[in-house]
Amino acid sequence: MRLPERAVLLAPVDDDPGDCSAPRRGGWRPGARWARQDTPSHGDVAAQIAALPTHAQPPMRELGRRSEAASHPYKAGVPARRIIASVPQPIEQAPLALVGKVGRREEVVSACVGARALGIHPGMAATHARALVSDLDFRPAEPAADAALLDRLALLAVRRWSPIAAVTPTDGLWIDLAGCDHLHGGEERFCARLIAFCRRAGFTARVAVADTAGAAHALARFGRDELTRIEPRATAEAIAPLPVAALRLAPSALAAARKFGFERIADLLPVARGPLARRLGLAAITRLDQALGAVAEPITPREDAQVPVVERRLLEPIGTAEAIEQVMHDLLDDLAVVLQARGLGARSLRLTGLRVDGGEQVVAVGTSRPTREVSHLLRLFKLRIERIDPGMGLEHFRLVASHTEPLDAVDLGAVLAGETLVRDPARLVDVIAGRIGVRSVFRIAPVESHVPERAVVHSDPNERPGNWPAWQRPIRLFARPEPLLHVMALLPDQPPRRFEWRGKTYTVVAGDGPERVHGEWWRRDAEVWAVRDYYRVEDEEGGRYWLFRRGDGFEEDTGDLSWWIHGLFG
Amino acid sequence: MSAAPDSLAPRIEQLRTIATPVTDYRVLPFGVEAIDRRLAAGGLRAGALHEATARSGSMADDGAATLFLAGIAAREAASTGGPVLWATCRCDLYAPGLAQAGLSSASVLYAQPADDAALLAVIEDAVRDGTPSAIVAEARKVSMVATRRLQLVAAEADMPVLLLRRRRARDQDPFAEPSAAWTRWRIGSAPSARLDVAGVGRARWSLDLARQRGGESFSLIVEGSDETGRLAVPAELGHRAAETVGTARHAAA
Repeated sequence: MRLPERAVLLAPVDDDPGDCSAPRRGGWRPGARWARQDTPSHGDVAAQIAALPTHAQPPMRELGRRSEAASHPYKAGVPARRIIASVPQPIEQAPLALVGKVGRREEVVSACVGARALGIHPGMAATHARALVSDLDFRPAEPAADAALLDRLALLAVRRWSPIAAVTPTDGLWIDLAGCDHLHGGEERFCARLIAFCRRAGFTARVAVADTAGAAHALARFGRDELTRIEPRATAEAIAPLPVAALRLAPSALAAARKFGFERIADLLPVARGPLARRLGLAAITRLDQALGAVAEPITPREDAQVPVVERRLLEPIGTAEAIEQVMHDLLDDLAVVLQARGLGARSLRLTGLRVDGGEQVVAVGTSRPTREVSHLLRLFKLRIERIDPGMGLEHFRLVASHTEPLDAVDLGAVLAGETLVRDPARLVDVIAGRIGVRSVFRIAPVESHVPERAVVHSDPNERPGNWPAWQRPIRLFARPEPLLHVMALLPDQPPRRFEWRGKTYTVVAGDGPERVHGEWWRRDAEVWAVRDYYRVEDEEGGRYWLFRRGDGFEEDTGDLSWWIHGLFG
Repeated sequence: MSAAPDSLAPRIEQLRTIATPVTDYRVLPFGVEAIDRRLAAGGLRAGALHEATARSGSMADDGAATLFLAGIAAREAASTGGPVLWATCRCDLYAPGLAQAGLSSASVLYAQPADDAALLAVIEDAVRDGTPSAIVAEARKVSMVATRRLQLVAAEADMPVLLLRRRRARDQDPFAEPSAAWTRWRIGSAPSARLDVAGVGRARWSLDLARQRGGESFSLIVEGSDETGRLAVPAELGHRAAETVGTARHAAA
């Protein structure tokens, strides 16, 4: 679109007070025939102005007061007829440009069609643009808000058009139509509906349908028409005339392409790959291949995951534990419905209570398995009521299932068989973990190691661990073996006859052993030759102890023959 | 006046039922005649608090008391199929040893609270939850009020709560404090039978029932629990079964 000549729209008379403004040096009389000849009449000017799009119409101060077509109060003149522009006006709003910071410089980030018509284009310095068109509507750019809007659009696309839809950075959407175009009446109808939808929503959209995501991306941005449809297997011809920038290249690769004279994609196609990769970089080759379909480019769809939230506003603030419990119960009932509808179970829940004074009280519970059982969750929350400080009263509650997992229908085998008590260890784990912390509830699982202190490990309380080999093991095992003094024992393999531990002398009357445990040479060098000989001994009073000697009694480097106590049998 | 004996007869029946102790609760028998005979209802009451402590401050007695409670819990877990909750603030329990007393790793759930107050709260929560088949807890400081609470919730849930009372000081007797427990046991290790070969025989414990409701206290030497948590009474010298004696094996070898 070209702007009409400014000269035509200027006021018929130049208002320069220094020089005599009137033609013929003041011999001017309003309405003189000679004065009318080369200047358009008021009616013509008004019609010309009306023919311009709204945003391009010159303001009144540019026209000057004298051209103001004020109707005579006593002569009811025929009003000037507005000429309806045959070209539909692209936008109704005033022209708008967004200004943002690029690097260290304020520049125009984007401009609408109207603003472009006035000579504003993206990349122009903001001060330059302001000087050019002073009364243009400049607003700060908000990239985060743009991204959020685009994300909402992608979400809508996932819900309404195709399960695979994603945002392409900054300004586009990818919609994978494969397999779902027939649901929308074919590709053409879908595109027409898409454009119509965008127009209704207030967006200007450009749509391209192609075999590959890269080609569609290029055609939507650099193609000639608002809607481009490429027949299958005609991708290369379609993108050949597009500029190289359509391939989503890095700025350095674009600069290199310019330097080597590659302007269009058609220039790249016949060039051998090796030299091309050396000049533009391997990433550029990948982009070209992605656009042509030689390299797959899967679309990671926008996930339609919404956090289930329910909330209640109370008529009056509450402060008692019973009232809070009631609200918790109501909220959990609501949440259970939401979760059931989506087939989810909650793993963690967060309850936020808003106080009258504006403060927030937050309590959270976690479960070890996904659940939506109201009574169980309520019990977990009840443990937390004492941590809520109601202050002057709580008036608004909000329950968020911040972590959910799929939860299908569960079988009721035991209940249908008539058992009234449901034994669910996961529920017990939640209750205890809510009281003392998740890390304090565990099972002890076997580890494949013969070294006693390494044979056990804390494991997930919801899994059933295996079993240990049936060697005689003590009921209490010391975290660190304790040294024994004055041990009398026959080498190499007899249990001790007497030993001294914690200042007391024990006389051994019976003993079993040895059980030889070798060091785990793959763990550390000190264990390569290490040996422990374990003995189970009983003293005169009936105490049964688990002792070991370091070393096998023959080789020096298996141990220093010192004696230790490691545990107790009952 | 002829109606008087007829009206008296049911009243005497009624008096008799009042006089005899009502044992309408579930009972966990030991399966050992010598013990069950001396317990009030022929076994430990299922829904009750039972306490045990080591006879002396030595750690060997402590191990015996631990295994005694583990055996009771193992038998209850095997019959009901639920997990056993083992709550303790210490971490020197050795799970493979527990597995050899009948509590396999799959049937025990451990809770390790920071202190005794949290431990009691955990027990109470777990009893009210009803999932565990039995609860074993090791605690140092348990007040009379706490034991009464535990006894009440245990009776309500019909779940055995087994409390191992540990000494707070070297010479302090945990049973000197009053408690609402149904039974209180003092367990110590006793010398095992000498085998004719070198080796340690089956563990023996001296059971000392310090108190039980509705029954007398007694003392007994028993043989320690086997892989299913069962105790046994050592055979009298004259009535030994031939196959359990070391000499027979020795003779056969």
